[in-house]
Amino acid sequence: MTDTKTVPGRRKIKKTAADQIFDIILYAIAAIITVIVLYPMYFIVIASFSDPALVSNGEIILLPRGVNFKAYAQLAGYAKLWVGYKNTIFYVIVGTIVTLIVNIPAAYSLSRKDLYGKKPLTIFYLIPMFFTGGLIPTYLLVTSLNLDDTFRVMVIPFSVVTYYIIVARTFFSNSIPEDLWEAAQMDGCGYLGFFFRMVLPVSKAIIAVIALWAAVGQWNSYFNALIYLRSPELQPLQIILRNILISNQTISAMTTGAAAVEAKQMADLIKYAVIVVSSAPIMCMYPFVQKYFNQGVMLGSLKG
Amino acid sequence: MRGSQATAKPGRRSFWQEINRCKALYLLMLPSLVLFLIFTYVPMYGVIIAFKDFTPSEGIMGSAWAGLKYFRQYFNSYQFWPTIKNTIVISLYTVAVTFPLPVVLALMCHQMKAKRFKKFFQVSTYLPHFISTVVMCGMIILFLSPSSGVIAKILSLVGIKLPNLMGMPKAFPSIYVWTEAWQHVGWDSILYIATLSAVDPTLYEAATIDGASKWHRMIHIDIPALAPTAIIMFILRMGNIMSVGFEKVYLLQNTLNNSSSEIISTYVYKMGLISNQYSLSSAIGLFNNLINLTLLLLVNWLSKKMSDTSLI
Repeated sequence: MTDTKTVPGRRKIKKTAADQIFDIILYAIAAIITVIVLYPMYFIVIASFSDPALVSNGEIILLPRGVNFKAYAQLAGYAKLWVGYKNTIFYVIVGTIVTLIVNIPAAYSLSRKDLYGKKPLTIFYLIPMFFTGGLIPTYLLVTSLNLDDTFRVMVIPFSVVTYYIIVARTFFSNSIPEDLWEAAQMDGCGYLGFFFRMVLPVSKAIIAVIALWAAVGQWNSYFNALIYLRSPELQPLQIILRNILISNQTISAMTTGAAAVEAKQMADLIKYAVIVVSSAPIMCMYPFVQKYFNQGVMLGSLKG
Repeated sequence: MRGSQATAKPGRRSFWQEINRCKALYLLMLPSLVLFLIFTYVPMYGVIIAFKDFTPSEGIMGSAWAGLKYFRQYFNSYQFWPTIKNTIVISLYTVAVTFPLPVVLALMCHQMKAKRFKKFFQVSTYLPHFISTVVMCGMIILFLSPSSGVIAKILSLVGIKLPNLMGMPKAFPSIYVWTEAWQHVGWDSILYIATLSAVDPTLYEAATIDGASKWHRMIHIDIPALAPTAIIMFILRMGNIMSVGFEKVYLLQNTLNNSSSEIISTYVYKMGLISNQYSLSSAIGLFNNLINLTLLLLVNWLSKKMSDTSLI
C-alpha cells in the first residue's frame, strides 16, 4: 500500500470520516488482491533457483535459499525444449504474417459500402461463428489433404478469423473517410492502389492489434499441435511444456525410494524453471505492447 | 439488381458490370474466401457422418446411412448426463464468478487516487493473462500438490492439512473457476475501466457538493454508468454457456476427478480421436453445436428486445 492520504495537489476535497474508512478498506483489499496475484508468479521465480530439497520441505516461502542454477543448467542441455522454442517462434512469425495477409484485405473489402454482394458475403463470414463442422469432420478433411504432421497445418488452415475481420472492418469503416476514396478515384486510383497506398499506411494501429492477437494465440496454442502433429521435430513449445509439466506428473508419483525422492524434487525444480523460461519472454514484451492490447480491447468492444 | 433494370434506370448496372467494377475488392477477399470455404464449409458438409456408419475406407459418400443411431447411442450412454451436467456446472459457475469480478475490480480501480499504486495494481492484475494455458495448468498442479505444493506448506504453518484437491471430483469446478478468475479478471476489467473513465467528471463534483460520500458516488454514478456495457457482456456470455474451453479442462483432468471434469468437448475428443468412433463423436459434437446455436439465437433475440444491440 502506498498512501491513503488525500488527493495530491489537484483539487481540495474535504475528507469525511466515511470517505476515509472507504479509502482504507479500498486500498487494503487492493493490496490483498495484488499479493494474491503476484505471489504465485514470485514464488515460481524464487523456487526455480533455490535448493530443491528446501523447496520441497516448504522452507522457501518468501526468499530464495541455497541459490543454484542446476535446473536451468539441465534445461539448457534439454534439446527438445529448444527445438520447441524454435518451432514456436517460426509458427508465431509465419502464422502472424498469414493471418494478416488473409484477414486485413478481406476486412477492407467488407468495409466498402459499394461492395457488390456485401450482405451475402458478410453472412458467409459470419456463419462459422454460429455453426461449425466440429472436430472430427475438420480432422478428416485436414488428414485427407495430407496436411497433418506438416508445419503448414499450424499456420494456414485456421488463419481466417471472423472476429479479426469484424474488428478490422469496423476500424476501416470508422476511420477511412469516403472523401479520401473519391479524391483518389479522381486521380485514377483503383481499389487495389487505394488499399495499398492509402489505407494500409494509416491503419498501423489495427494491424498491430491483430498481429498481437494472432501472435499471442499462436504462442499459446497447443490443441492443433496435439491433434495434427506427430513428429517430434515439429512440436511447438506448448507441447513440450505439457510433457514436462503435466504428463510427468503421473510418472513421478509412482516412483519410490530415497533416490526417487531426490529425483522428484529435482523434477519439480525443473518445472519451476521451465515455467520461467517459457513465460518470461512474453511477460517482458508486455509493457512495450500494452498500449496496443488495450486498444484492441476497445476496438473489439465496438459493434460492427 | 436485375439486368432488365440496367437499361431502364441509367444509374444501375448489370450483374456482370457490378462484378467487374468490384473485381479488385473480390481479389482482396479471395485468400480468406478460399480458406474459409475449404477448412470451415467443407467440414460443415462432413458433419453428415454423424448420420452415417462412417469408416475411413469407404469415405463420407460411401458409408451407409445410420439415421439417428449415434445420437441415440449418446443419449442412452452412461456419459450423457454427466457430460452435460459438468459442462453446465463449470460454465455457469465460471460466469457467476468471472462476470461480476471484473466489474468490481474496475470500480475499485476507478476509486483509487494514488496514481502510482493504481498503475501498479492494474499492471499486476493484467499480468497473469499472458500465462499460457499449459503453463497455467502446470502451475495449478504444482501449487495444489498436497506433498510438495507451496499452498500445502503455507497452510501447514497454521496447522491445516491440504487434501489432494486435484483428486477430488467436488473440488474440480472450483479449481477451474477460481484459477480462471485469478488469470483473467484483471484483463477483463480493462473494458469497464475505459467505460468509467468516460464518465463526465462534473457528475462527481456535483455529487460531492451535495454531500455524497465516495461510497454513494460509486453506487449512484459508477454502477449505472457500467450497467449497459455489463448487460451486453453478460448476454454474450450466456450465449456461450454450452461451450467450455477444451484445453484447460483436458489438461487438468485425471482419473480421480474425471466424474466431474468430463465435459462435452473432452468427451468428443476422446470418443473421436482416441477411440476412433468418428460418427459417434461427430453426433455428440453436432448435438452440442445445435444447443449452442439455439442459445445464441435466443440470447440474440433477447438482447435485441432489451437493449437494441445484437450480433446478427
